Amino acid sequence: MKKAKIHVMLKEGVLDPQGKAAHKSLESLGYKGIEGVRIGKYIEVTLADDADGDRDKLVREMCQRLLSNPVIENYEIEWEK
Amino acid sequence: MKFGIVVFPGSNCDHDCYHAVKHVLGQEAAFIWHANPDLNGCDALIVPGGFSYGDYLRAGAMAAISPALTEIKAFVKRGNPVIGICNGFQILLESGILPGAMIRNKDLRFICKDTFLRVENNNSKFTNKFNDKKLISLPIAHAEGSYYADAEELKRLEGEGRVLFRYADKEGNVSNDTNPNGSLLNIAGILNKEGNALGMMPHPERSMESIVGNEDGRLIFESMIEAVS
Amino acid sequence: MNKEITKEVIAEHGLSESEYEMILSILGREPNFTELGIFSVMWSEHCSYKSSRKHLGTLPTKAPYVVHGPGENAGVVDIGDGFVAVFKMESHNHPSFIEPYEGAATGVGGILRDVFTMGARPVALLDSLRFGSPEHPRTKYLVDGVVSGISGYGNCVGVPTVGGEMFFNGSYDGNILVNVFCLGIAKKDKIFTGICEGVGNPVIYVGSKTGRDGIHGATMASGEFDEKSEEKRPTVQVGDPFTEKLLIEACLEAMKSDAILGIQDMGAAGLTSSSCEMAGRGGTGIEMNIDDIPRREEGMTAYELLLSESQERMLIVAKRGREEELINIYKKWGLEGVVVGKVTGDGLFRIVEKGETVVEIPVADISNKAPIYDRPSKRPAYLDALQNFDTDKVAEPKDYNQTLLKLIGSLNLGSKEWVYQQYDHTIRTDTVTLPGSDASVIRVKGTKKGIAITSDCNPRLCYLDPYMGGAMAVAEAARNIACSGGKPMAITDNLNFGNPEKPEVMWQMKEAIRGISDACVALGTPVVSGNVSLYNETNGIGIYPTPTIGAIGVVEDIKKCVTQYIKGEGELLFLIGSNKKSLAGSEYLSLIHGLEKGTISPLDLDTEKRLQTALLAAIDKEIIRSAHDCSEGGLAITIAESCMSGDKTFGAEVSIEDDGRIDNILFGEGQSRIIVSILDKDRNILEELFLANGIETSYLGKTGGVNLSIRVNNNQTISCPIEQIKKAWAEAIPSYMA
Repeated sequence: MKKAKIHVMLKEGVLDPQGKAAHKSLESLGYKGIEGVRIGKYIEVTLADDADGDRDKLVREMCQRLLSNPVIENYEIEWEK
Repeated sequence: MKFGIVVFPGSNCDHDCYHAVKHVLGQEAAFIWHANPDLNGCDALIVPGGFSYGDYLRAGAMAAISPALTEIKAFVKRGNPVIGICNGFQILLESGILPGAMIRNKDLRFICKDTFLRVENNNSKFTNKFNDKKLISLPIAHAEGSYYADAEELKRLEGEGRVLFRYADKEGNVSNDTNPNGSLLNIAGILNKEGNALGMMPHPERSMESIVGNEDGRLIFESMIEAVS
Repeated sequence: MNKEITKEVIAEHGLSESEYEMILSILGREPNFTELGIFSVMWSEHCSYKSSRKHLGTLPTKAPYVVHGPGENAGVVDIGDGFVAVFKMESHNHPSFIEPYEGAATGVGGILRDVFTMGARPVALLDSLRFGSPEHPRTKYLVDGVVSGISGYGNCVGVPTVGGEMFFNGSYDGNILVNVFCLGIAKKDKIFTGICEGVGNPVIYVGSKTGRDGIHGATMASGEFDEKSEEKRPTVQVGDPFTEKLLIEACLEAMKSDAILGIQDMGAAGLTSSSCEMAGRGGTGIEMNIDDIPRREEGMTAYELLLSESQERMLIVAKRGREEELINIYKKWGLEGVVVGKVTGDGLFRIVEKGETVVEIPVADISNKAPIYDRPSKRPAYLDALQNFDTDKVAEPKDYNQTLLKLIGSLNLGSKEWVYQQYDHTIRTDTVTLPGSDASVIRVKGTKKGIAITSDCNPRLCYLDPYMGGAMAVAEAARNIACSGGKPMAITDNLNFGNPEKPEVMWQMKEAIRGISDACVALGTPVVSGNVSLYNETNGIGIYPTPTIGAIGVVEDIKKCVTQYIKGEGELLFLIGSNKKSLAGSEYLSLIHGLEKGTISPLDLDTEKRLQTALLAAIDKEIIRSAHDCSEGGLAITIAESCMSGDKTFGAEVSIEDDGRIDNILFGEGQSRIIVSILDKDRNILEELFLANGIETSYLGKTGGVNLSIRVNNNQTISCPIEQIKKAWAEAIPSYMA
C-alpha cells in the first residue's frame, strides 16, 4: 500500500462537456457505435514508508476533502503494492 | 465602511476590487493576505476573481481549504456580507459556504464578454439599491462558470428566492440562447440561505466607471454599504 | 561532463568552423563541452543577432522622451505625469509550430518577464498571429492551440489581451508566426535594468526550479525546419502561469525595496544568457556555483543547468547584506530564492562545480566578439515578373454583393471576436477601447491619459515590395494609433524572415529595415526595442517577409478616444487622405482571383504625416465620431466595418465618383486613407482643417437605413442588408473552427 491510484469522474447526470466534445470528435473521425465518452482525472498519491495509520482511510479522506468535489464527482482508489 | 479583499496566491482581480470600493466609491479597503487572515475591523468581504493556486485540480479547490476560509466562514456566520466574484464564487462553492459546483463552460472555452443579467430579487443585501432596476449589464470572464446543483438544491434555491442573477438578453428574456456557459437555469449568481453571502460569475468591479464600460456594478457594492449601515 | 569535441559535436551545436576557430582564439585552448554549449547558444542567431545586427544599427532609436532604447530587456518611453511606458514584442514562432499551446503560452510568459523585469507592471498584451492557408490540414489545429495557449497563460496571470492580428496565408504553412507584444507601466524613477553592479554583490536565483526542458531552444530558433522537427518536441518549454503570476507580484514587491541593483529574466539560453548579459552590461565578471542552482531532477549536468530554458525564472544582483530580505519576499509568495554566486571584478564568466572551475570565459568576448555577418544580399529574380504583372488583365466580378460578402466572410477580413472573446480583455479595468477597433486604449490610472497600442504588418505587401511593405507596416501602426486618438510615440519591431544565408532573404530583410527606418524618421516614432526571428523556412520554402510593428501612442485625454464604428444615424461619411490604391497586394486579388502579384500603390510618408497630424487635430476638436483606417479590404470593406463593428449596426447610403475599374475603387488597397464619420454641423470645420494640412476629403454619404448601399459613378453597385453582411463577417472564424 504505497501508491494510491485515484480515478476521479464526474457523477452520472452531471454534464461533461469535455467528454461530449471528445465523443463528437471521435465520431467525426469515423468511429461508429460509441455510446458515450466521459473524461475524468487520474491522480497518484505516493505515501511515505513511515506514514502512520489506516492508509486507505487516509487517502479516502484526502479524496473527500480536496482531490474530488463530492457535489459533482465520484472517486475510486486502487492501490499499487 | 471597510471592505476586506481576500488575496490568495493567484488572485488577480484583487486590485480591481480595491480600486472599485476605495477609489470609485471612497470606502475604506484593505487586502487580507490568505496566510494571516485578520478580519478585525472589516464590515464586508470581497473574495475576488483570479486563478487561486493556478486553478489547478479544480477552480477554487485549494483556496477552499486554506486557513483564510475558516475565518471567512466564521465571518459569514456572524451575518456579515461576503461577495465572491468569479473565482471567489468558485471558492465559496468549494468551501461549502454556497451550495452546488462549477463545471467547464459548455463550449470548453474561456469567455470574456458583456452579459445582461436579470435581477431576480431586489431585496437582498446586494440588490437593495437597485430600486426598480431589473436588468443590468456586467462582463463575464471565465472558463468554468457552468453552475451545477442537483434538482433538489435548485428547487430550494428557487423557492427561497436565492437565485439573484440570471443570464438574459437585453430585453431581460432568459433562454438557452442567452446562456453563455451552460449554467443550469441560467444562474449567474446565488445567495446562501441567510442571504449574506453572494457568489456571482460576472464582474461588478469591472463596471464601476462609464469610461471603461458602464456603472451597473456600483449598485451591488452600494447595496452592501447600505446593508451594513 | 567531458564529452569529446569532435567536428560532429561542433556542427550539432550550430557552430561553423570559423566560429569554432574564434572560440579557440578567445580561450587560447579547446573549450570543454559545457563551454562549447555556452558559445553555441550565445552565438546563435536568436541571442547574437549575428545576421541582422549590422542592419538593425541603421534604425532610428532616439527621441527626447526615449528613456531606454534597444539593448535593454524592453524599451522605455516617458509618457509624462511621472510615468513611463515599457514595451516590447517578441516571437515564439518555432516552439508554437511544434507544440502550439505551450509554445504560445510560454511566448506570453517570456515577454511579460521582459517587461516586469524593468520594474513595470504589465498592463496589456497584443498577439500578432500568422497561420498557413485555411485549407492546410494543420492550420485549424494550430489556430486552436495557439489561441488556447495565449488564453490559458494571459488570463491566469491577469494581464488583459486587448488585440492583435490574425492573418492566413500559404507561406506560413510550414512556419507559423506568434509575435507577442506586452505593455507595462512604471514610475519613471523606478526603472530597473539587467546589470551587474558592485564586485562581491550576491547573485540570487528566484522562481521555478530548473529542469531539462527547452535545452537548445535558442539554437532551435536559429535553424530551418524539416520533417524531423516534430521530433524536437522535448525542447519545447512548458509554461506555468500561476508561478509567473507569483513571480510578477514578488518581483514588484521586491523592487519596492532598494535592495535590487539589477534583475533579468532567464529567457532564451536561460541562465547563461541572463548572467552573461548582466555582467556584459556592467562590465564585470560573474561567478556562480552550479551546485546551488535549484533543480527539478537529479543528475543534471552543468551543461544542462546552464542551457535549460525552463520558464518563470529570474536572476537578481542584490546589495550585499540584503539577501535575506529579498529571499523572504519570494518565500512569502511561495517561490524559491537562492544565492547562487557573486559579481566579480575579473571580467570572467566562471562556473564552479563541486569546488572546481568548469567554465571560464571572458564575458566581453562572448558578447563583443560574437560574430557579425554582413551576409550577401540580392534582389530576388522573381520580383520583376511579380511586379510587372498587369492587374488590369483580371476579370471584374459580375455581382459585387457576392464579392463583398465573400471578402468580409473570409478568415483574414472576418471578425476576430471568436479569438479575443477567449482572452480576458477587461481585467485591470483600464481597457477604454476594447479589441475590435483600430487600436486599443489602456487607461493610466491616476492621470487623464491613455496609451493606445496596436500591432501591424501586411506580409503580402512586404513580399511584393519589402521596402514599401516595411514602411507601410510602420505607417499603418501609427495611423491606427492616430485613428484611436493617440499621438504615435515609438515602436517595437519583430522581424520575421526566412533563411538569412540566402541572399534573397537577406535582401528582403535589408529592404524592410530600410523601409521601417525611413517611416520611423518621417513619422517621429523611434524603435525602442525589438526581436529578430530568422530561419522561418521549411524544406527550403520561406515565409513572406513579416516585419511586425508594435506601436504605442499617448492619448492625452481618454474622454476624447475615438473608435472605428459609427455612433448613430445621419452621420456623414468621408474618405480623407490619399485616393491612391491598387489591386496589387489586395485581399480582393488574393481571395477572389488567387493572385498575389503586381506593383503595389506606394506610400508617401509626407502625406501620411500630414494626414495623421490633421486627424489628431480634428479628434482634439471633438468633431470625429468614428475613424477607421482604410487598409485591408479597401474602401467598401472599411465602410462595412465602420457600419457594423460596434454594439449597434447601421446601414449607409454611399456614392462614389472615381476613375478606373470598379473593383479597384471598391476593393483596391492603398495607404494614407481613413474613413471618418462626423455630424452634419461639423462638415465645414472638417473640410477646412484637412485642407489647411493639404489633405483631401471626399464626401461619401450618410449613415442610416438597413442596407449598405454603394453607388459608383451613379450606378448601384452594392446593395445588401447590413445584417446580412454582419452575419457573414461574424461567422467567418466560428464556422471555420467548428
